[in-house]
Amino acid sequence: MTMETPVLELRNLQKHYFLRPDFWGRPTATVHAMDDVSLSLKRGETLSIVGESGCGKSTLGKTIVRLQDPTGGEFLLNGERADTLQGAALKAFRARVQIVFQDPFSSLNPRMSVRETLAEPLVNFGLAASRADIDAKIATLLDMVGLPRDATNRYPHQFSGGQRQRIAIARALAPNPDVIVCDEAVSALDVSVKAQIVNLLGDIQKETGLALIFISHDLAIVEHLTHRVAVMYLGHVVEEGARREIFGAAAHPYTRALISAVPNPTVEEKKPRILLKGDVPSPLAPPSGCRFHTRCAFATDRCRAEVPRLRKIGGDHAVACHYDFSADGVLIQHAH
Amino acid sequence: MPILNVSELRTHFRGERGPVRAVENVSFTLESGETIAIVGESGSGKSVTSLSIMRLLAGGRARSSGRIEFLGRDILSLGEAEMRKIRGNEIGMIFQEPMTSLNPVLTIGRQIAETLILHQHLSRAQARARAIEMLRLVDIPAAEQRIDEYPHQLSGGMRQRVMIAMALACEPKLLIADEPTTALDVTIQAQVLELMADLQKRTGTAIILITHDLGVVADVADRVIVMYAGRTVEEATTKDLFLHPLHPYTRGLLATIAKLGSSLDDNAASRLTEIPGQVPSLHESIPGCAFASRCPLVTDLCRHTAPSFEAVEPDHKVACHHVERRLQA
Repeated sequence: MTMETPVLELRNLQKHYFLRPDFWGRPTATVHAMDDVSLSLKRGETLSIVGESGCGKSTLGKTIVRLQDPTGGEFLLNGERADTLQGAALKAFRARVQIVFQDPFSSLNPRMSVRETLAEPLVNFGLAASRADIDAKIATLLDMVGLPRDATNRYPHQFSGGQRQRIAIARALAPNPDVIVCDEAVSALDVSVKAQIVNLLGDIQKETGLALIFISHDLAIVEHLTHRVAVMYLGHVVEEGARREIFGAAAHPYTRALISAVPNPTVEEKKPRILLKGDVPSPLAPPSGCRFHTRCAFATDRCRAEVPRLRKIGGDHAVACHYDFSADGVLIQHAH
Repeated sequence: MPILNVSELRTHFRGERGPVRAVENVSFTLESGETIAIVGESGSGKSVTSLSIMRLLAGGRARSSGRIEFLGRDILSLGEAEMRKIRGNEIGMIFQEPMTSLNPVLTIGRQIAETLILHQHLSRAQARARAIEMLRLVDIPAAEQRIDEYPHQLSGGMRQRVMIAMALACEPKLLIADEPTTALDVTIQAQVLELMADLQKRTGTAIILITHDLGVVADVADRVIVMYAGRTVEEATTKDLFLHPLHPYTRGLLATIAKLGSSLDDNAASRLTEIPGQVPSLHESIPGCAFASRCPLVTDLCRHTAPSFEAVEPDHKVACHHVERRLQA
């Protein structure tokens, strides 16, 4: 078996924001938004990044599309360093990695027609030879995202939320990228429209072999569409695995609590909910040791002192916790 | 006697292109201690229904007709001064976004005390003591210190707890919660829902919960009203609605949501069910059933005649011409 080069590989990626510079311009506070994140993504695969507000999932998305530069670590696109690219090489990179944002009302330019919106990346990246070529490519894009071809001369305000998100997806697809980052791309949509867009993303992936980074807080949608999942908490990946490993056999106490907190739309007998106490601590001063220890029911002195490393627990499944738990969440006193 | 009796409520807005029919003929009742959920997508009229009950819609542009009876009084015919005595006193309200519904320049203590001083005629000191008590009730740690903090010093979950404390300070008979947990993270949502259920048990407040999240509905509601394009299409007990939905829209809505556990179920569909098409524009007057343009069961009758909202079983009402076909199936 040959190892396929991952489309995207993150190695110990870190992003800190420096705040409140003192008189000398030195920062006096640091937001630890993302620390030591290592992940990889294959062609045709969807990797979902889940977690609550402030866990660093959007920071991760913005960093890998180079909207901001990491403060540590590196990442590779198709085996080549991408975090240090500049100038023409960076421009070429931008055609390979695209992003779709949460709110299609603010991510589309209200003064640009659909044709202008979709022609811009084609012209910008030199992907169309002539006017006729642009028109043909735009027609193909509109077909792919299920919009009528006569949409070209209309403006964003003339479309519903779901249709606007289709325009945003068409724009991301225009340079035929290797990776699209979907940052809460379906969160603002109504349920019936959400289903349409989720199905659309799946269809496009099957057709084109596109790799997706799906950033979301909606675990039910994630479970439905993803291949792999990385769970983040306060800037750290606390668990990573194939969809079934995460949703069927979550090993981290945080992952278990997160899944159990999702209200399930059923009136059947439900498992008792794991209620977490308190709020997520501030990323300005993340807790020592395991960052989850302040809310973890199983926290020990070791958790307060020592940062747990991600360790393999079978297959693709890795967890950052000092302890092992049985399938129903009982602590097995076996420290690593 | 029910606490709230809404019958044939219509709320229209004056728009540039004619009236916007935000709420068309909504009727329901609510008993003391009961939680009723109003569900629907954007533009279904669920929020306008709640704002109509609170009479919080701008007078010049919005017109409500029908009857809203709260403890025997017709809210729509009350004067503004009388209405002000009800708002925040007998009917409390929680909004979705606690950052914008709290006043950023006043301490949370001032804001909770304000309703108590105004409605319950407490002194400042009494109101402060009661505000601390309320903050403890909603599980805010170190309430004596927190009371002098400003909204920006609190997390999103804590701000929503403050909103709940404020809404419940005067022990209202009715609490309207408009998407109270939509802006919160799931672990915080679980805390807030638990808290609301617990407070309801203690105080017996009736709750109208407005939400688009059917998971939340399944967790907390006793009864559910499903709205579509300003109309009620189905009303049932929560159990009945989830186990035997009758309206094609309700069935579509339940089928379209992704459920947790789908990866463990080998029979789970790989595609989500879609409801084709879009919600009709509220500018148009729809003579027939509002769902006709998207309905799999549509016939000519549906396009021309609006179905009446009728009880097909004791606690189950539905507005569909083809409900008999459903019942037989």
